[in-house]
Amino acid sequence: MSDNTNVTRKPETPASEMALLPPVDVIEDAGGITLYADLPGVPKDKLNLQIEGDTLTIEGEVSLEVPEGMESSHAEVNLPRYRRMFTLSKELDANKVAAEFNQGALKLRIPKAEHAQPRKIEIAVM
Amino acid sequence: MFYRSVFPRDLLSELDRLQREMQQAYEFSPSIRGIARGGFPAMNVGNTPRSVEIYAFAPGIDPAAIDVQLEKGVLTITGERASLMPPKEANATVHIDERFSGRFRRVVTLPDDADPNGVSAKYRDGVLHVSVQRRQAAQPRRISIE
Repeated sequence: MSDNTNVTRKPETPASEMALLPPVDVIEDAGGITLYADLPGVPKDKLNLQIEGDTLTIEGEVSLEVPEGMESSHAEVNLPRYRRMFTLSKELDANKVAAEFNQGALKLRIPKAEHAQPRKIEIAVM
Repeated sequence: MFYRSVFPRDLLSELDRLQREMQQAYEFSPSIRGIARGGFPAMNVGNTPRSVEIYAFAPGIDPAAIDVQLEKGVLTITGERASLMPPKEANATVHIDERFSGRFRRVVTLPDDADPNGVSAKYRDGVLHVSVQRRQAAQPRRISIE
């Protein structure tokens, strides 16, 4: 196994800056937000989820099994990294985020804070 | 393209990327079937003297639901990825819907020396890796001089 990915690094931007934008689905229901992201080729230990302030960052390093001496002839996944950031709104509870990562597919569940949950307001009849 | 690059605050390199992608789109036309960019799953192809390596980026799929076939030098990858979208009657809002769902099919033409009996496929971290051996005769050989 090796860390090599069959990509050519582009010299004009520092390597740490460049990343692919993974496709996501974001679905909101009454209890919170569910986010799915496609990060194929990222092993569990190379996935990095971070919440800082109100910014959620999803980052992953691609690690493919590449035989020695392989020359890439066609690359659609042409950078060894994925990155995407989201701004969370105030009613989301960043402390209760649950994450599942299975075969390159990430599922994040961000619940709404207790006070932001929908409530039915009773109308008192006078 | 399925996976776009992001270069924050760097318009010049973004333009450069566009130019490069256009160039690649024209330069890369190896066969009549070609390899169309931007489909699902995204694909990388590489060569070694002994094998052809194909990587299909198909995350979150049961490997049993992926079908890999090799016929007359054409490798076909088909399968289906279930939609995770909430049913219509659910009280949910879809804010972003970018991930692929449904049936997929991608085709790669293999070089003439690909050996249909020497194919192996693995699925790991959401990537299907198909390795096709090249026939012995095609591998570089040192010819001894008598």
